[in-house]
Amino acid sequence: MHLLCGVIAAVLVLHVIAVGALFFIWAERKIAGRIQDRLGPTRVGGKFGWLQTLADGVKLIAKEDFIPRDADAPLFKVAPYIAFAASFAAFLALPFADGAVAHHVNTAVFFVLAVLGLEVFGVILAGYASGSKWSLFGAMREAAQVVSYEVPLGMCVVIPVFVAGTMNLTTIGEMQAGWFNNWLVFHDPFTFIAAIVYFTCATASVNRAPFDLAEAESELVAGFHTEYSGLRWSFFFMAEYGSMFLVSALATILFFGGWHPPIPVDIWIMDAFADPDLLATGSLKDAVPSWITFAVMLIGIATLVAKSVIGVIVMMWVRWTFPRLRIDQVMATCLKYCVPIAAVCFVGSMTWETLDLPSLNTINRYEVHEDWSEENVVNNDATIDQREDENHDDESSDVMDGEEAPIEEDSVAVRNGLSLQEGE
Amino acid sequence: MGILAAVNSVYWHEFFFMLFAGISVVFAVCVLVTQNIVRMAFYLVLSLGSTAGLFFLAGAEFVGAMQLMIYVGGTLVLLIFGVMLTAQQRYVKMNTHPTDWVLATIVGGSLLVMLIGAAVGVDSWKDSTASKRALESLDADDARTATPLGLALTGVRVDKLDSDPALAKGQSGYLLPFIIVSVHLLVVLIGAAYMARTKRSATAPVGRAERARLNIMQMEHETDDVVYLASKQSSSSLLGSSQKQAEESTDEAEE
Repeated sequence: MHLLCGVIAAVLVLHVIAVGALFFIWAERKIAGRIQDRLGPTRVGGKFGWLQTLADGVKLIAKEDFIPRDADAPLFKVAPYIAFAASFAAFLALPFADGAVAHHVNTAVFFVLAVLGLEVFGVILAGYASGSKWSLFGAMREAAQVVSYEVPLGMCVVIPVFVAGTMNLTTIGEMQAGWFNNWLVFHDPFTFIAAIVYFTCATASVNRAPFDLAEAESELVAGFHTEYSGLRWSFFFMAEYGSMFLVSALATILFFGGWHPPIPVDIWIMDAFADPDLLATGSLKDAVPSWITFAVMLIGIATLVAKSVIGVIVMMWVRWTFPRLRIDQVMATCLKYCVPIAAVCFVGSMTWETLDLPSLNTINRYEVHEDWSEENVVNNDATIDQREDENHDDESSDVMDGEEAPIEEDSVAVRNGLSLQEGE
Repeated sequence: MGILAAVNSVYWHEFFFMLFAGISVVFAVCVLVTQNIVRMAFYLVLSLGSTAGLFFLAGAEFVGAMQLMIYVGGTLVLLIFGVMLTAQQRYVKMNTHPTDWVLATIVGGSLLVMLIGAAVGVDSWKDSTASKRALESLDADDARTATPLGLALTGVRVDKLDSDPALAKGQSGYLLPFIIVSVHLLVVLIGAAYMARTKRSATAPVGRAERARLNIMQMEHETDDVVYLASKQSSSSLLGSSQKQAEESTDEAEE
């Protein structure tokens, strides 16, 4: 039964990538067309050419699956699937709304970043295994670029993690409920800059123009996928569009309010249907009937997808507006601009949070802390009292200031978690 | 990993454990057997990746993600170097000398014997119900290891809060090792950057193109595992493969 749930979740996520790629490729052609004063696809599927991608897909399936003579055949065959699998695996930990996540990972931010970094393996293997110098050049550029851009990307991601006080994407998203001023991007000026730097680095790390050096068609034919054809070629593109959506969704959750609409429609709905008796004792989520919770979750998914699609469309807009950078310019952008800016933002944002300077956000990071154990929910009041008591007589815990909330609340859960490590 | 949430029964848990362990072992053997450097690195990635799967299966999500980031990501640099080295055909195949095989078998075999001895020797691991009980206590949502880990690194052992208060005053968690490692990494980082700089100015009197080529040769010889430096090197050395582009890289360096 649980296994079935897991399989359903995996299949749903797979469809997010596949259907997403179908839509994004069509959108890319339309947007490219409009930006270049053309119409883009118009014929297939009646109006707007919305079936164009499907027609392309049929064409790609029908194409010959060609393997060059000099290629390292097994690696050549497996490379597209690695790129795709990395993109797919990162989606497993990405929450689409509160509760709408394939697998709830406590350190989801870290997991997503770690897995996203693996996508480059597919590209490097493809470049090496093709046995073509164009592919090899493309792969090496990609390796240099992605590995470098992971540094500022990681720094930018740490900033909202620090402000929120958790690496749990669901908690970070839930924290930004309410009006749009609660979004972490408006927390302070540094997070605002960090959001822009994050988006730049994310564009580079998913290998999109103006950072698409790996496939620079004017110099390298088609870069790492020069020798690929048919379905294997399309797997690279599914991975690319999947990653684009992924980094946009991550940006949405980390900076732009996650699954909460800019106007708190979801909270109004829940307020309207909430049972006043339950509301007095529990949280808003517990007080509404389950179908309302489900409806709000659907609104949340729609909001997140809409925001992420906007992010992807901005990436396309950038692609068809800016010329491609040279490889040394790409590296300079990363190491001379993005890394220092991200570092300054990190220190600035930390200072802002520590000094408790005025912020547009009304987030209280300690109120919405991740609930660690079942006992926590029940004994919430008791633990707060206990915590205040311990504040008085235990000096050592004062050092931790706000962080002590999770410690005291859940020493049971903590011990459960740590029993594993003690074995080591 | 989506499966992890779903697996509550011991049967499936054991199935996936065997699967990941099997993949890990099989590809570890493949690393030994194969002769192609790039494939070796690739098999190593698969082996380390499925080890990360084992960590996720055990509920240690942070350690699993760390495994992916550090080991698998570190092997990425290895792979890049492998690709760079094997661009020349004569390095594609790597033949291991029989003496090396014997030596490696002795070292590896003795380690294996010791590990098996240790694995069999622990009494609490012999209890067949122990794994079942551990699994029951390990709800998928309950596997929260990151915060206690982070707190322990910053000096608060949340797992030892109930211990003797007299002893608790002297506890600093893993703060000191953490700081030592951080400072060490920082020194390595700065040192690598510094060495790259001085060598550049030392070769100043040589002609422009020659200087660029020397730079690149020196950079290639530095097998530093500082990740972004490695990436910078790989890009520069690729550029260096043709004279014209080598000059470009010099321009870049002089900026």
